[in-house]
Amino acid sequence: MPRRMTRRARPRATAEAPQETVPVRVKINGVEYSHNVEPRLLLVNYIRDVVGLTGTHVGCDTTHCGACTVLVKGLRGDSWVAVKSCTLLTTQVDGKEVLTIEGLAKNGELHPLQKAFWENHGLQCGFCTPGMIMSALGLLLRNPNPSREEIKWGITGNLCRCTGYINIVKSIEAAAKEMREKGITI
Amino acid sequence: MAVTRLFGAKIRRKEDLRLLTGRGKYTADIYLPGTVHAFFVRSTYAHARIRSVDVSDALGVEGVIAAFTGQDIKDALGAVPTAWQIPGAELKVPKYMPLAVDRVRYVGDPYAVVVASSPYVAADAAERIKAEFEPLPSVTNPEKAVQPEAPQLYEDAPNNTAFVWRASGGDVDGVFSRADVVVEQRMVNSRLQPTAIETRGVLAVYDRYAEKATVYMTSQNPHVHRLLLSLITGIPEHRLRVVSYDVGGGFGSKIHCYGPEAVVLYLAMKLGVPVKWIETREENFKSTIHGRDHVQYVEAAATRDGKVLGLRVKSYANMGAYLSTAAPGIPTILFGPMLSGPYTIQAISVEVVGALTNTAPVDAYRGAGRPEATYILERVMDLVARELGMDPAEARARNFIPKDMFPYRTPIVLTYDSGDYERAFRRALELAEYWRWREEQKRAREAGRLIGIGLSSYIEICGLGPSAVARATGFGLGLWESTIVRVHPTGKVTVFTGGHPHGQGEETTFAQIVADKLGIPIEDVDVVHGDTDLVPFGLGTYGSRTTPVAGGAIAIACDRIIEKGRRIAAHLLEVREEDVVFEAGRYYVKELPERQKRIQEIALAAYAAGASELPPGTEPGLEATAFYDPSNFTFPFGTHVCIVEVDAETGQVNILKYVAVDDCGNQINPMIVEGQIHGGVVQGLAQALHEEAVYDERGNLLTATLTDYLVPSAVEAPDIVTDSTVTPSPHNPLGVKGIGEAGTIASTPAVANAVLDALAHLRVRHIDIPLRPEKILRALRKV
Repeated sequence: MPRRMTRRARPRATAEAPQETVPVRVKINGVEYSHNVEPRLLLVNYIRDVVGLTGTHVGCDTTHCGACTVLVKGLRGDSWVAVKSCTLLTTQVDGKEVLTIEGLAKNGELHPLQKAFWENHGLQCGFCTPGMIMSALGLLLRNPNPSREEIKWGITGNLCRCTGYINIVKSIEAAAKEMREKGITI
Repeated sequence: MAVTRLFGAKIRRKEDLRLLTGRGKYTADIYLPGTVHAFFVRSTYAHARIRSVDVSDALGVEGVIAAFTGQDIKDALGAVPTAWQIPGAELKVPKYMPLAVDRVRYVGDPYAVVVASSPYVAADAAERIKAEFEPLPSVTNPEKAVQPEAPQLYEDAPNNTAFVWRASGGDVDGVFSRADVVVEQRMVNSRLQPTAIETRGVLAVYDRYAEKATVYMTSQNPHVHRLLLSLITGIPEHRLRVVSYDVGGGFGSKIHCYGPEAVVLYLAMKLGVPVKWIETREENFKSTIHGRDHVQYVEAAATRDGKVLGLRVKSYANMGAYLSTAAPGIPTILFGPMLSGPYTIQAISVEVVGALTNTAPVDAYRGAGRPEATYILERVMDLVARELGMDPAEARARNFIPKDMFPYRTPIVLTYDSGDYERAFRRALELAEYWRWREEQKRAREAGRLIGIGLSSYIEICGLGPSAVARATGFGLGLWESTIVRVHPTGKVTVFTGGHPHGQGEETTFAQIVADKLGIPIEDVDVVHGDTDLVPFGLGTYGSRTTPVAGGAIAIACDRIIEKGRRIAAHLLEVREEDVVFEAGRYYVKELPERQKRIQEIALAAYAAGASELPPGTEPGLEATAFYDPSNFTFPFGTHVCIVEVDAETGQVNILKYVAVDDCGNQINPMIVEGQIHGGVVQGLAQALHEEAVYDERGNLLTATLTDYLVPSAVEAPDIVTDSTVTPSPHNPLGVKGIGEAGTIASTPAVANAVLDALAHLRVRHIDIPLRPEKILRALRKV
């Protein structure tokens, strides 16, 4: 079993008083937001508590479970990468673009990953699902035709306690196929 | 039932659309204006006297609104109740205060709380609380805890013994004296952390003028939480609303009432603003209940030809530092009677010592008592087979209860409803290619490879349960379930259920039941649950009870609606009631099927309620309430087969094949049934191979992060071949039995037996789970 890193749940304040705030501008799901935030504010808390998009979940806030996974563009070149948003400070995505589960369906039409999870019973309680889907999307963007083994390793940072992963892997396989056939990415 | 057969169809789930698009409403997702945030300060000692707690520094932090110690609130809040008080066991119920007052008893025991403008500030301020403790000696192991020399947790629970529970049936001494062989084994059923991916949380708001509180919380049973929170806080039940919309997994851990839940409600009352607390993962691991944790001494008596005659079991069950909501009933009522499994064992005696220790409270975790019993029995079957030089499959085949013996009365009080154990067993062997693998195993052994085949045949007690039994065993309430099925004037239906599905998919399966019964499209049925102001009092979701019991209530309510509709249809069609047939959503005249009324027309007539529409004396409206109290439990069963290869160099276990054949009676949605098995199997195999909650000598939880507590990822999850047999429950209105826990119950022994089978020829007899590489290597080195 791969070992995972651990750290304190919430960054400590360094000063005695609450920290000074700094301005950030982030585009989330195509919408530009600008706020003043504490430098220690985790991206996941920004997305949920400040912007109000609650589809991105917190399952551990120590970067183990992956429930908070989102895509960020601009961290590594110009491509979208899946990151655990409890592992980034909001200031680290200043000027960058973020995609959360709420931004995945277009004009009321589900993304192939959402559709495939629905068709293949790839979710039960649904709590890990947004992170799982965003992580799977990150995988499929860099490897559009993964083997079953590559899918399993690709989502190893996302824990699900309900499904036993079997139908999740099946869902990702089905979505990969549809995305390849129809040329869909994000 | 209607011919449309929505009952039994693999329909994709109604609840999924909101969950897939990020619109689920979990407790943490609810934001109310003006909310402040609580942070609990928890003991870092396993056992200590509290000398003093000084919150003044914390109160000086900017953004901090209040801070309270256990001492501050001890008169404002009552103790957390233990709701399952088993009789005849000299039960000692220690006082379980919402915040520890003068003593902390486990690492994670909360003794103070800080409220601040943000969770960040509250966590910062909590570090400023100065507390002085006098450390006391501690004990974490249940067997050691009940020895006279052990450190004592409570003055009124001598030898840390919360209870001693005994049950027996049949001539135990007789069968042991007649037996050809007796096998003995000490087994440890390891301690587990439930690990729902959503941690627990509460958001409470109190209206001072209406004197009414609303508590949004992670609950598997909102009405039970309402009742217990009302008892602790004194807020009258009708002024307390508990709401639990979406819940991110429970596995038992969100059944129970916890001190901090009551404290957050108290803070909302006291401060007059909404108060929110979302548990961190570390808190979840340290102070949300743990599961299992038995040290068991097992003796089995058998004949030379492999017939198991009797069992003697003594178990030390770890209860943790306090007796949580259902805790006393889990290792006793849900454990002892399960020890006969699917076999014709004539005599069983069981003694369970409930031990109070300096660990987190232990309570119901997926399977709850039943996995601990099944593990014993399935290890025993293998040990007996081995003792006699018999194949483990053969040993089981000689002991199954024959299908013509149902209803079957077991030595310890149960009456099994229906079963064909051998059929599921044969099917599992066939799918697993059992005998081919036995040949393969021989060849592999000659080549120095370690292949093992593990079997596990189980029964499960589901559909909890008859209220008479619940009450007779000391459970605080009956275990019936309630529903209102409301047909609207247009024939659309809302189902209100007292069950509270949180991943099990009953928003879909219940809609299937109603659509099938009433002959209407499934799109026309929605299910509401989880809000005590909306749904009738219900007992909630656990113990694989929701489909059999809450589903049973819904079936009965539908029948009542159909009957009322028949009276109205007879009136409209101007015939006698007995001449009206209901089928597939329409009422028609027996001899003249073209004279008919659709159920939607009947619904409209029921609400229009004119003289031409309703027969005289008929109440308007079309809805039915039902409280269904089952006459018996349901008993699902099955056989799982696991084939593993153990790497002799590294001790690593690789699952080559996993076959699950389960019988949960009629299946409403086989897709959901299969999903429950998948998840259950992986959770159970995790106990066999990976997961274990570990305390060190000083009572520190060493597995307090997901780095150390090894929840399987996709890489550890094997493919699973599933199949089922169908033996309907004769007493359930739908013939269903329940499937939520079967996978977890069956898979732990299946995997453990497979690993130990792989090592059997090397004279390794037993290793306690989890069978991690280091343990396997140590055992191999010894031989």
